[in-house]
Amino acid sequence: MTDSNALDSRPDRNDPHDPGLSETMTERESYLRAGHTLRSWLLTTDHKRIAILYLITVTVFFFIGGAAAVLMRADLVTPQGDLLSNEGYNRAFTLHGVIMVWFFLIPSIPTTFGNFLIPLMIGARDLAFPRLNLLSWYIYMLGGLFTIYVLIAGGVDTGWTFYTPLSSMFANGHVVLVAVAVFIVGFSSIFTGLNFIVTVHKLRAPGMTWGRLRLFIWSHYATSLILVLATPVLSMTLVLMAAERLFGIGVFDPKLGGDPILFQHLFWFYSHPAVYIMVLPAIGVASELVAAAAHKPIFGYWFVAGSSIAIAIISFLVWGHHMFVAGQSMYASAVFSFLSLAVAVPSGIKIYNWTATLYKGHIALDPPFFFAASFIGLFVVGGLTGLVVAMMAVDVHVHDTYFVIAHFHYIMVGGTVSAYFGALHFWWPKMVGRTYFLVWGRLTAIFIFLGFNLTFFPQYILGYLGMPRRYHVYDPAFQVLNVLSSAGASILAIAYVLPFAYLIYSMRYGDPAGPNPWGVTGLEWTVPSPPPKENFAEIPVVTTGPYDYPMELESRDG
Amino acid sequence: MSATRTLVLAWSALMCLLFATVGASFVLTGPWSIVTSLAIALAKAALIFWFFMHLREEAGLVRLVAIGAGAWLLILILLSMTDYATRPALGGMTN
Repeated sequence: MTDSNALDSRPDRNDPHDPGLSETMTERESYLRAGHTLRSWLLTTDHKRIAILYLITVTVFFFIGGAAAVLMRADLVTPQGDLLSNEGYNRAFTLHGVIMVWFFLIPSIPTTFGNFLIPLMIGARDLAFPRLNLLSWYIYMLGGLFTIYVLIAGGVDTGWTFYTPLSSMFANGHVVLVAVAVFIVGFSSIFTGLNFIVTVHKLRAPGMTWGRLRLFIWSHYATSLILVLATPVLSMTLVLMAAERLFGIGVFDPKLGGDPILFQHLFWFYSHPAVYIMVLPAIGVASELVAAAAHKPIFGYWFVAGSSIAIAIISFLVWGHHMFVAGQSMYASAVFSFLSLAVAVPSGIKIYNWTATLYKGHIALDPPFFFAASFIGLFVVGGLTGLVVAMMAVDVHVHDTYFVIAHFHYIMVGGTVSAYFGALHFWWPKMVGRTYFLVWGRLTAIFIFLGFNLTFFPQYILGYLGMPRRYHVYDPAFQVLNVLSSAGASILAIAYVLPFAYLIYSMRYGDPAGPNPWGVTGLEWTVPSPPPKENFAEIPVVTTGPYDYPMELESRDG
Repeated sequence: MSATRTLVLAWSALMCLLFATVGASFVLTGPWSIVTSLAIALAKAALIFWFFMHLREEAGLVRLVAIGAGAWLLILILLSMTDYATRPALGGMTN
């Protein structure tokens, strides 16, 4: 209400070229202004508005999960664990894991940027099932509310992995309620995945062949396959765990004829592919940002696209590497070790192709490129240390230590969160129609990169020296590295909050972005910023491939 | 009329397979009993997919999706068996 009053009082509201305070004509006709009531947002079926709903909610969960991390890092500054009780520490890392995995990382890029961009990139007016899309958000919220309730009611201390027999027989707290929350949010994932798959198959604009799809679409397609194929297994596993905890049904308890490692098989059959649910969309974002920064066609398009599908398939064949020391047979461990190493091939293809794309490019040193470069570097470090832990003998040494924590944070935080912020900085002008201060974007990317490395690199050393994960009272010899890590975390925390200020500021005071502020190719850049409700006045006919940049450099350089 | 006839025939086939399951459990013992039961169960599932879930009327892509679901279940079972089938012989936790 205040906004519309303020707008009415502005003298220049009919001048479309007036930057700053006034609303542009494009904004007035955009999806953002297609209905001003809360109801028009909460009952919307517009994929762009649902993306904004998701953007707000995943950000809230990111900061709740982040708050738990802050508590843990503060507690770990001293070896005695002065801040939290033992129980409190267990609850903090469980909550951090549950919220970050299921309520931030998994939905983050697909439900915000995927939702917003997939129809725009393939030339459609919406996703195939707009109401299912809205339902997925409500289901996500329902799962989220369960989690918030558990948080208020006292938490849970099993770790995000819910391993039996700890979760089924010994853990106190609201194990079943958190399992219910994750069970519920799983349906949200399945609906999103299903929607994306059908949309990509059925709603491509005329001429938008599979070979003309953007790599962002390919990676979201691959992600959706995993979402649909893997998530039901997690749901069933959690039901079995809850059934054993509540009714004593013998599935995982050896006394009742069960096998505790069976839980780990079933859990990781979902949760390892889930790592790729988190990172594949980030890979898609990186492909877009790299091509946009270099103003060049992506090198080896089909290899990058195919490697996304290959990663999706291979991701289902590697789960046993989580169980090298859990009592799994040596033969199974050898098989899973070999298959795990195989994931490096499609991942390596991507890295080399991004590098080759940047080679001789007109690289624009804009914030999105900073985030993309950060993503590539951190993903390489995380990926290579993934090979280290995939080796059976080395894994015996580093299993359940901070080495593993550092490894997967390099992939998930260094990789996915960097890409998430990269996507936010790249498509923000498209989403809100305003540009932000680029220098602040660059600074944020640098702070995130530095803060991240200071936080997590010492953890590789800590882990290699033998500090186990999930302990808050530790040998004083590890204190220096822990203090460094906590110092890094504080830089990281500030860097994550920074964009809030300048991005929100830009919504009101930024210059109008125009349809294509970065001067890049792609259907989403042909429509106004922010896009109108129906996306395209006329459904476009696609006649060229993706990343259709002129190849002037090659001809000039011979 | 012919659609009903098809469904009744499919149902009759399922009933026959049910009797086969029960019969096999009396006649066979040991690993063959499990193999036979699983084979019959597979045949039953195929009938349900093909007739009751209308896969025979669908295009190739939808059939591929259904086969994909089965293939992924097979991945789960087969790779888990690399552990369970070899655990007693090659080391690992046994009950």
